[in-house]
Amino acid sequence: MFGYYLDLALRSLRRNKTLTALMVLAIALGIGASMTTLTVLHVLSGDPMPGRSATLFYPQLDPQDMDGYEPGKEPMQQVTWIDGMNLLHAKRGLHQALMTGGAVPVQPAQSGMDPFYADARYTSDDFFAMFQVPFLFGRGWSEADDNDKARVVVITRTLNDKLFAGKDSTGQTLRMGDSAFRVIGVLDSWRPNPHFYDMNMGNYVASEDVFLPLTTARELRFDHNGSMDCWGTGGGDEEHLETAPCVWLQFWVQLSSTGDAAAYKEYLLHYSQEQKAMGRFQRPPNVRLPALMEWLDINKVVPGDVRLQTWLAFGFLLVCLVNTVGLMLAKFLRRSGELGVRRALGASKREVFAQLLVESGVIGLAGGAGGLLLAFLGLWLVRKQPSDYAALAHLDMSMLLITFLLAVGSSLLAGLLPAWRACQITPALQLKSQ
Amino acid sequence: MDILPILSTLRRHKITAFLVIIEIALTCAIVCNAVFLINQRLDRMHMTSGVAEHELLEILFADIGPNKNQKARTAEDLAALRQIPGVLQVSSANQVPFGNSSWNGGIKLDRNQRVSTLNATTYTGENVLQTLGTQLVEGRNLQPDDYMDFDDVVRAASVKDAKGIPKVTVITQSLAQRLWPGQQPLGKVIYYADYPMTVVGVVKHLVRPAFTDNATAEFTMVLPMRITQGLYIIRTDPQNRDAVLKAAVAKMKAINPHRVILKQRPWDEVRSNFFQNDRAMAGLLVGVCIALLVVTALGIVGLGSFWVAQRRRQIGVRRALGATRRNILHYFQTENFLLATIGIALGMVLAYGINLMLMLHYELPRLPAIYFPVGALSLWVIGQLAVLGPAMRAAAVPPVVATRSV
Repeated sequence: MFGYYLDLALRSLRRNKTLTALMVLAIALGIGASMTTLTVLHVLSGDPMPGRSATLFYPQLDPQDMDGYEPGKEPMQQVTWIDGMNLLHAKRGLHQALMTGGAVPVQPAQSGMDPFYADARYTSDDFFAMFQVPFLFGRGWSEADDNDKARVVVITRTLNDKLFAGKDSTGQTLRMGDSAFRVIGVLDSWRPNPHFYDMNMGNYVASEDVFLPLTTARELRFDHNGSMDCWGTGGGDEEHLETAPCVWLQFWVQLSSTGDAAAYKEYLLHYSQEQKAMGRFQRPPNVRLPALMEWLDINKVVPGDVRLQTWLAFGFLLVCLVNTVGLMLAKFLRRSGELGVRRALGASKREVFAQLLVESGVIGLAGGAGGLLLAFLGLWLVRKQPSDYAALAHLDMSMLLITFLLAVGSSLLAGLLPAWRACQITPALQLKSQ
Repeated sequence: MDILPILSTLRRHKITAFLVIIEIALTCAIVCNAVFLINQRLDRMHMTSGVAEHELLEILFADIGPNKNQKARTAEDLAALRQIPGVLQVSSANQVPFGNSSWNGGIKLDRNQRVSTLNATTYTGENVLQTLGTQLVEGRNLQPDDYMDFDDVVRAASVKDAKGIPKVTVITQSLAQRLWPGQQPLGKVIYYADYPMTVVGVVKHLVRPAFTDNATAEFTMVLPMRITQGLYIIRTDPQNRDAVLKAAVAKMKAINPHRVILKQRPWDEVRSNFFQNDRAMAGLLVGVCIALLVVTALGIVGLGSFWVAQRRRQIGVRRALGATRRNILHYFQTENFLLATIGIALGMVLAYGINLMLMLHYELPRLPAIYFPVGALSLWVIGQLAVLGPAMRAAAVPPVVATRSV
C-alpha cells in the first residue's frame, strides 16, 4: 500500500512542478538556515572537557582592599601570585595548576628562518594530567622542574612540524629569548573549545604553541599576556609581580568527585579568613567555586549574536512552514473531487489521510535533503567569516541526525493539517458537483 | 468595490486565509526587527573615530633579546621613520583606536570616592594626538614639558611619589559631558589611580580601542608619557600609504635585524576588523530579510494561483453576467489587500513584542515608530505585486467558461 501511495504522491507532485519546487525550496531554506545556526550554537556551547568538566573547578577569591567594596559582588576573575601559589602548594585537589598566557621569542636553529613570537602558556606540572593533554612524544615536566625553574619546554605538534620537521624532538634544544630550553615533550593535536582555561585570549582561540614552567617564565621575565587587574598602589610593575596587589593568573583544580566541591569551598573560606586575620585580605571572605560549565556561563562565552541568529533562523523556518502548509492545503483541497471518488469507492478516512501524509512526507524528505545541502553551504559560508570560532563550524553526526529528524518532522507536521482538512470532505457533495 | 462578497468568500476558506495572514504577520514582525537591527549595526559601523582616517599606519614589533637602552633605540627609530618621504608624523604609543589591546582605568571626581565614577581608556605616547590627527576644540594640547617617561612614572607610583606622576590630561568632549554636564571642563580635576590630574585640553572625538557599549565609546583621556611599547603609529598622506608602510618596515629591520614585526597594516584595516562581526551580522540579516520576503511573495503567488484555478467557473459566470476584466482584477487585489492588512496589524503587535524581548536580552533601544508605517507599506506593496500575476490570469478568464460543464 505504501508503495502505491508513494507512486500516487510522485505523480501528483509531478503534475505541478513549479508548486512542488516552491514547497521543497521553502522547507529546504528554512531547514538549511536553522541547521546552520543550530550547528554553530551547538559547536560553541559544547563541553571542552567531556567526561571531566563536572570535576574541574575555577576557585575565585576576593583579595581586594575595601575601595569599591559592595557586599555580594562577584569576586575577581583571576588570582594573585601569592594566593595562586598558596592554593597550588596546598594540593587540596586531585590535580591543580596555576597559569597565565604569554608570548615567547623563538629563535630557530635553522638558518633562513626568521625569529618569531609564539603564543605560550606558563603553567605548573599538573596542567597536562588535569586537562588530559595528549602527548605525541615525551611527557610533561615534574614538580621538581617547577621548583628548580628548569629550562624545559613542551611544544605542540604544529610547532614541532615547523621546527623539527615532525621528528621526535625530545632532548633537542630550543632557543627562546636568550635562553636554551630542552624540549621534553611534543603534544598531539589538542584544541579544547572554548579555550576555557583562559578566556582573555579570545573565547575560541586555538591552544598555545609552547608550554613552559610558570616559575621559569617569571625568572626570565618573559612577556605575559592577558588581563591584569590591580588595586591600591599596585601598578603591575613587571619586576614585582610576585608581591603586587594584582590578579593576573588563572588557577584550576580538579576534585576527585563533584561531591568534594563543598569541602573545597570550605577550605577556600578558611583560607580567606586566615588571610584576613593576617591582614592580607581586607574584605569579608567572599569565595566562589564554579565548575567548568558554570564558569563558561558566567563569562557568557557563546556570543549573543549567535543566539540571535538561531532565533532568527527558527522564525524563518516557521514562516517557511506556514507557507508550505498553506500551499499543501490548497493543493489537497483542489483534489477534493479525486479524494471524493476514492472515499466513495470505499477508502476509509484513515487511508486517505495516510496517502496525503505520504505525499507531504515526500516533500519533507526532498526539503530535508535540500536543507542539508544548504546547511553545508551555510556552514561553508560561516567558515569564511573572520571570527575566531569560524573554523569550528562543522556538521557532526548528531547534528546530521537532528537535521534529518527536523526536516521530516516539520514537513509531516506541515502535512497534518492539510491532510486532516482534506479528509473531512463529504464524498457525496464532491460527486454531486461533478 | 464591494468588500462583503470578498469577506463571505474568505469565510469559506478560513484556514487558508488564516495561514496567509499568519505568514504575512510573521514576516512583517521579523523583517521590522531585522531591519532595525541592520540599522543599529550600520550606525555602529559608521561611528566617528576622531582620527585622520586613511592616513594612519600601525606597526607592532618586538625586539628579541635584552632591551638595554630602549629609549635611545626608540629615538633612533622615530628619527629614521620621519626621514621617509611622505611621513607627516610618527609616535611611539600604547594603543590605537579600534585596536584589540587597551589600557583602561577608573576615574574619580573626588579623592575620597569609594567607587569610580566611570571607566575610561588612556592613550599615551609623545605626539600621539598630533599623529592621530584629533581635533582640539578647547584649551591646549599636551606640551613637551608635560611629558614624563613611562618607566619613571611606574617607579614613582610604586613608592607613591605624587611628584613623578603626570599632572595634566586631555580628554574628549564626550567624557567631559559625562563628567561635568553643561560645565566648562578646562581646569577641572579628575583622580586617576587616586592621583589628581587637571584637564588642560578637550578634543572633539577620540574613540577607544576594544569596547562593546557604544555609549562609552569615547570615554577617553590622554596622558603625557613617553612610552616604548613596541607600537609605532605613522601618519602619512593617503596616496603613498602602502609604499610608506613598506619603507618603514624595511628601515626598522635595517636598524635592528633581530626584531620581529608582529603586525604592519594601514589603520583602516584595524577599523574594518573591529566591525567585522557587525558587518557579518548585518549581511546575514539582509539575507534573511530578502529570503523571508521572497518566500512570502511566492507563497502569495502560489495560493493566488490556486484560488484562481479553483474559481475559474465562478469567474466565468461573473464575466458572463457583465463583470468587466477590471472588476475581476480588482476583486483579487482587494482580497489580497484585506488579508495583508489583517496580517500587518497582527504583525505590528508581534513586532512590538519581539522588540520588547530583544530589549530585555540584547540591550537594544525601542523600535522607532517610523518602522511601523514603512513596514506596513512595503508588505502591502509586496502583496499587491505578488497577487498581480494570478489576478491578471483571473481577469483573462473568458465568459464562455461559464457555459462549459467541467
